[in-house]
Formats: sequence, C-alpha cells, structure tokens
Amino acid sequence: MIDLEPLALSFEVAAIATCLATVLGLALAGLLTLPRIWGRELIDAAITAPMVLPPTVLGYYLLVLLGRESAIGRTFEAVFGSPIVFSRGGAVLAAAIGALPLITRASRAALEGVDARFVAAARTLGAGSLRAFLSVSLPLARRGIAAGVLLGFARALGDFGVTLMVAGNIPGQTRTASLAIYDAVLSGRDADATHLALIMTALAMTVLIGAGYLMQRRQGGI
Amino acid sequence: MASELALSAQIRMQRVAPGARFELDVQLELGPGLNVLFGPSGAGKSTILAVIAGILRPEAGRISLAGRTLLDVTKRVDLPPEQRHVALVFQSLALFPHLDALGNAAYGVPRGLAKRERLERARSWLTRMRVAHLATRYPSSFSGGEAQRVALARALASEPSALLLDEPFSALDQSLASELALELTEHMAALPLPVVLVTHDRNLARRLGKNLTLLRAGRVEQTGLARELLAERD
Repeated sequence: MIDLEPLALSFEVAAIATCLATVLGLALAGLLTLPRIWGRELIDAAITAPMVLPPTVLGYYLLVLLGRESAIGRTFEAVFGSPIVFSRGGAVLAAAIGALPLITRASRAALEGVDARFVAAARTLGAGSLRAFLSVSLPLARRGIAAGVLLGFARALGDFGVTLMVAGNIPGQTRTASLAIYDAVLSGRDADATHLALIMTALAMTVLIGAGYLMQRRQGGI
Repeated sequence: MASELALSAQIRMQRVAPGARFELDVQLELGPGLNVLFGPSGAGKSTILAVIAGILRPEAGRISLAGRTLLDVTKRVDLPPEQRHVALVFQSLALFPHLDALGNAAYGVPRGLAKRERLERARSWLTRMRVAHLATRYPSSFSGGEAQRVALARALASEPSALLLDEPFSALDQSLASELALELTEHMAALPLPVVLVTHDRNLARRLGKNLTLLRAGRVEQTGLARELLAERD
C-alpha cells in the first residue's frame, strides 16, 4: 500500500506557496510594467535567478537569511515559538521561491500584452493607477496570469533541493513527495518510488496541458 | 467665448516617430458646446487630445479647464489623467471587454456615491444614449453604432468637465455616422461643457462644426465657422 501522506503534504505546501508567490509575483510584475522604474533589469534578473542558480546556493542563502542565528529567524522564533527553518514553513518558502519567477514572468508578459488604450481609458474615467491595474489590467491579463500560476504550482509541487536544505526531510512535516521518492530509492523501496514518480508525472502533465490550453486561448483575444 | 467653462490649451511638443519628426505647436481656446478640430491625418489632432487628457506629456505648454490648471510645464503642474475630469473617447472606443455595457458605463461614475446610485446613473446614461437594452451584454456582441453609443454613455457618466472625441464615427458607415452625429450634437447642445471632436471627414466637419479649427502639420491654420472655412476650399 502506497503512503499518500507525502503527496498530501506536497499539495498543501505547494498550494500555500503558490498563493504567496502569486500575490508577490503580481505585485512585482505590476512594478516591472510601470513606465518609469529604476533598475528594471536588475529586479528582473534577481527574480529570475532561482530558475538558473543551483538549489544548494538558494538553500544556503535562505539558511543564512532565516536560520536560527539570523535576525529574521530569531524574531520569527520569538514571535511564533518555533523556527522557520526545518519546519513546514521552510518547505513552503522553498517551494514559493521556485514558483515566483515563473509566475512573475508570465504575469509580466500578460500585463504587457494588455492594450495601453484600455488603461488610458480607465485613467481618464477617474481611476488612479492602482485601481486601473486591479480593475482593468489584471482582468484582461487573467489567462496569461492563470497559466503562470499553474506553472508555478507545478514547480512548487516538485521542489527538491531547496526544500531539503532549508526544511530537511522530516516525515509528516517536510517530507514532500519528491523527498519521499528520494528516500524510497535510497532504502530500496522501488515500488514506492515508481508509484510516486508516476503520480507526480501525471500531475505535472495535467497542469502543463492546462497551462498550454490557457496560453492558446489567450492568443485569440481575451 | 472666454467662458468660465472653457478649455484653453497651449501645447508645444516634438515627437520623433520612425522616419519622421513631428512638431506640434498650437494654441486653442475652446468654449462650451461642440468644437471641431479638422485636418488631414498626421496634423496632430489625436496628439492634442491625448495631451489634454494627460496621456501624453508635452515639452512645453499650459492647459486650463473651467478655471483649473491641468498642466503648466513651467510651474511643474501636471495633474494625472484621473484628476483632470476630461473624458476621452478613443477612435477604437476602448470599451472594457470584460465588463458589460452597464459595467462600462458605471466605471467612471464618481466614486463618492453608493453602488446602487452609481449603477442608477450609469443606467440613465445608457437610456439617454438609447442603449439601455444592452446593459447586460458584452462589447464583443455590439454593433459599431451600439459600441459608439455605449462609449459615449461611459464618457458622459463620468461627469467630465470636457469631452474629447477622437474620430468617433470613423468605424461607421455614412448614414449611421450622420444619424449618430446629429443626435450627439443635440445632446451636446444641452451640456454646458466643451466638447472637442476630431475628424478628417470634411462633410462631417462642415455639418457639425460651428466652431472649427483647421489644423495642418502641427499648426493651427485657421479658426472660424465651419461653413465658411470649408466652403472656401471647394
């Protein structure tokens, strides 16, 4: 009988991480589409870096930034009574960092594809730039954003390296499906590894097909 | 015509488009009622509207509307579009495709009101533009004339101090365009605000414009009565 706990945990972690990354990603994408913004390429590069940096590098930064000796880590522990690292929160952060660049890049592209005249019309009708963004740009870019969110979710679901470094491999707490596969292989439980691998593949394919469908529809209009 | 409601604009700007440099240098005094800006394409008509609405920023200039300064480059005054109370109807209309006609018309209704009141005002403008039956339909299903009417209702529902119309009838066939144009002039006569209509259609300009400004290559060539200005050239 296959142990479903890591899968359920993966879902929970990825769902929370995707929500976090979506809110932050949309804000960053909106910022990057402003006509005048200082250091656009630098911000863009910093957001994209997690896609190309080794997971160990990212994990190391997170440990330095959030570890129990760091200022943020100590504050968090003082307020919430437990550390961020080597906890479910750490796993969520690790997954969110993987999802963020995908969501931000897709949202930025979708927002830049919105006809500037719609935004200009909103502004002349009395909407400030924030209201125009929320009520016109976001809804018109929704397909591209949704595709990015799906990709981000798929990425969050599959994170391995950063999770291992920042959150460890604690059963029921941080042992997500990708870590459970690693465990199963190391301890010779080949059937478990195969089952989990197949389920993860099926999930990823489903999400990618959904994202592709959204992208395609977007080209036909709104 | 130096009315308290008037729109006065002095604009100087250069735009470098691929392969062409364009220079605009105009001074306009536009009173309440319908004003027509007429000229060939490339004369700077649409640019003037975008500058007045606050979408484009000129190098030099001053714009005031109903006693308020909207722009004064030397004094570093530059109100953002949402504070100008200038409604602009684009040539493409730019109706929001994700909102129905009522949602579009309600978008610009002043925010201070309760939601029900805002929708009520939007509905009454749809009725005045004779498109109340479209309230729950989306722009993709509108005919050219219907889209035009909804766009006008949306602009007027925002209670602007000036209404700018950029080639508003260019997408319509001749008979529909003149029907709408006539109806519009009736509405405009009743509204105490400057309406600026841009067109390169000579017939339309002659029929509509008592007050006509003739533009060419970024300069005001003549101002006066449409009948006289445009008759001379026939």
